[in-house]
Amino acid sequence: MVGIVSMGFYLPYYRLDKKKIFDAFGWYDPSQIKNARGKLAVMNFDEDSITMSVAAGSNCVEDDTDKNDIGALYFATTTPPYRETSNASIIAAALSLNENIRTSDFTNSLLSGTNAMLSAGDSVKSGSVKNALICAADNRLGKPSGNLEYLFGNAAASVLIGNEHVVAEITDSFSISKNFIDYRRTSDDKYVRTWEERWIKDEGYVKTVQEAVNGILKKGKLNLSDFYKVIYYCPDMRAFKVIGKTLNLKPEQMEDPLFNTVGNTGTAHPFLMLANALKEAKPDDKILLVGYGNGADGIILNVTDEIEKKREQFNLENVSSRKRELDNYEQLATFRGKADVEKGIRGEVASSSLSVLWRERNAILKLHGSRCKKCGTPFYPPQRICANPKCGAIDEMEDYVFANKKGEIFTFTADRLAFSLNPPAIYGIIDFDGGGRYWFDLTDCVSDELYVGMPVKMTFRRKFYDKSRGLYGYFWKATPDTDNGGNDV
Amino acid sequence: MSEGIKNKVAIIGMGCTRFGERWDKSEEDLIVDAYKEAIEDAGIEPNKIEAAWLGSCFDEVNIGKSALPLSTTLKLPFIPVTRVENFCATGTEAFRGACYAVASGACDIAIAVGAEKLKDTGYGGLPEFNSSMGTKNRYILPNITAPGAFAMLATRYFSKYKIKYEEGRRTLAKVSIKSHKNGALNPRAHLRNEITEESVLKAPMISAPLGLYDCCGVSDGAAAVIVVRADKAKEFRKDPIYVKALQISVSSGEESLYTKWDGTNIPTTYYAGARAYREAGVKNPREEINTMEVHDCFSITELIVYEDLQISPRGKASEDVASGLFNLDGQIACQTDGGLNCFGHPIGASGIRMIYEVYKQLQGKAGPRQIKNARLGLTHNLGGFPSMSVTSVALFGNEL
Repeated sequence: MVGIVSMGFYLPYYRLDKKKIFDAFGWYDPSQIKNARGKLAVMNFDEDSITMSVAAGSNCVEDDTDKNDIGALYFATTTPPYRETSNASIIAAALSLNENIRTSDFTNSLLSGTNAMLSAGDSVKSGSVKNALICAADNRLGKPSGNLEYLFGNAAASVLIGNEHVVAEITDSFSISKNFIDYRRTSDDKYVRTWEERWIKDEGYVKTVQEAVNGILKKGKLNLSDFYKVIYYCPDMRAFKVIGKTLNLKPEQMEDPLFNTVGNTGTAHPFLMLANALKEAKPDDKILLVGYGNGADGIILNVTDEIEKKREQFNLENVSSRKRELDNYEQLATFRGKADVEKGIRGEVASSSLSVLWRERNAILKLHGSRCKKCGTPFYPPQRICANPKCGAIDEMEDYVFANKKGEIFTFTADRLAFSLNPPAIYGIIDFDGGGRYWFDLTDCVSDELYVGMPVKMTFRRKFYDKSRGLYGYFWKATPDTDNGGNDV
Repeated sequence: MSEGIKNKVAIIGMGCTRFGERWDKSEEDLIVDAYKEAIEDAGIEPNKIEAAWLGSCFDEVNIGKSALPLSTTLKLPFIPVTRVENFCATGTEAFRGACYAVASGACDIAIAVGAEKLKDTGYGGLPEFNSSMGTKNRYILPNITAPGAFAMLATRYFSKYKIKYEEGRRTLAKVSIKSHKNGALNPRAHLRNEITEESVLKAPMISAPLGLYDCCGVSDGAAAVIVVRADKAKEFRKDPIYVKALQISVSSGEESLYTKWDGTNIPTTYYAGARAYREAGVKNPREEINTMEVHDCFSITELIVYEDLQISPRGKASEDVASGLFNLDGQIACQTDGGLNCFGHPIGASGIRMIYEVYKQLQGKAGPRQIKNARLGLTHNLGGFPSMSVTSVALFGNEL
């Protein structure tokens, strides 16, 4: 039985009230008032599809033994930070997965998410890997003032596909590939381009989804009424309603498309909607999952008894206990490079070195340190000579993972001299539970809520973008590990 | 313990430029200005100098690497010249080289010049630490600034001693108000304005809890010092100043990597101070020292350094600041020239600038800032960050 073993999700800290977009740009396009309702989940300035995937992936696979069973990592996105070089390999490193695995980027189409899932299913079914992990995340950009700006949000989903402890078995699938070009970008485009919405909906979306649904029903001699839920990706609210009507679905068979609480999150989106379906599913329920983008994937999932043990992981409410609403749209426009703010000379990034990054990859991407085998003290970054003044052992170190360790703020500051796209730059010294101390940026927080001794956890982020050498610097930051926090969203 | 260099080295001449935004002067100009004053003060012929040290820190906007900028600017006649760098403690490091050369007998007369040109970066504050912390740290260290690193000392200090944020800011303000009073009297100081508690608290925030006036000036400047064997010093002048102790301590990594350091002190300052007192035979620093120039890069640094140097008990330095102990007319006059806070901080020059003020005070030549009965003076030069630091502590006396 091959199917979903577990899922993990990530929703960013920030929310933007769509009204704020209209406050900034309603003067330019007053017709957008119809879209200016609800909220979007939006990434911080130091996140991208890779970092969000790492967060979702670590929520999906927490256990080290589970990590050892992963034979493939498939990254699904239309917004890979690197156009050439494996983005999935960065995620795999940050998740501390084994090096002898297959990593692949599934990209360029919104269908990448379900494509990756089907490929993962096939990889497991063929016996070439035990488990395969999918990470799906997107950061699609709409132009300021346009309707896409009111639509696009950020999130990540991760799905572990395997053949043991399966929560939802993949029993059948039906795929369509069509050269129907609606949403698109060339390598020169920063923003998503589109076409008349009515044409996209009527000629493309509705027809293609219908074909996929009819195809899979016919293949398995099933009716739509056999399904507990029908989860279908859709570009926007109007398309969502039209397809529901066209397929004649009952309201209880449909799931909230999350456009007014999270936004359209691209490749991650079908999986977020699936989470809501699985949250209340019962054993033997059938779910039809439909992906869309230059074609469509129809996937039939059969819920198993395992659901009772894992129900909580599908509760998106558990994913984002800390939230903060952005004060204004301009802040988001700055995070996304849509407002070319004055960075000053301090905002210039010094040149980085790839050979250093490679040599230090365990320390940088995996946040591995070392632990003295003689006195047991852990250190970050890894040391060869023990810094415990009572020990001082030389070359008695073993590998030690800090990425999953919690800690507390030893001290901190909010620095207005240091450059940050989200000033002030907040950083501090973190003491890890069990030992180890280092300086880290603090993210997804405001300085007023911080205090000496505050519990923190580590989160993988984009530290810098070295434009002159075409490099992203990824590293770990600390973030408050408290149940509440942020402001009331 | 080794015998040290107490009473083996004497200063016979010093020079120090006005510190500040010296848009009109190149680094080479500043070096020549400081050198000229030192040579004239010592009354020696330039060709008598047998060895030279240059201290300069930031390469990016400075004169460049190696000792060549010093030797070629001063036209030193093929003598040994060395460039040293040890973050903000660079100036004292250059002085140490010259002192050791003389104390060892390798030469009779040596010069140390500290110089820095910081105002060519195009922005306020110190140059970025991006490259100066090494390529690996670019990937893992936050984008720290000097005020940020020392602000964290304040955060920790406030937390340990249960000082409320606003109360802490007022305590720190007192440190800067005192220094500005002194700086206003000094024509060579970068900042010469007196300030009030209100202006300190209202000034822009730099790195919480440190505001603008909690931070020292970032300046251009140079300073020079000529040292000779102590037993020959009187041949050059009647009032030479003797080196009583010169110690340096550098972090072992324990503070930043191991979790025992409590973040409210600077261990290298404690160690360098304790060793200097031992070298000089100082039993009770609070009673014996008359004047100090400490590395007040930030108000919190000065406060904590008083404790690390065993002048004030732990957690009690603010009481000594409040009582006026460190004022110009206090028992231990500190930062009599305005300190880094007002005199400014051209990195490589600062350590020697501190010695310049103590030298003048001990000679009774500090003009309107002259304190009474100065016999023993201390300089404290700190580089790096509280958790990764370099400290030099030197003691000077006007008698053998």
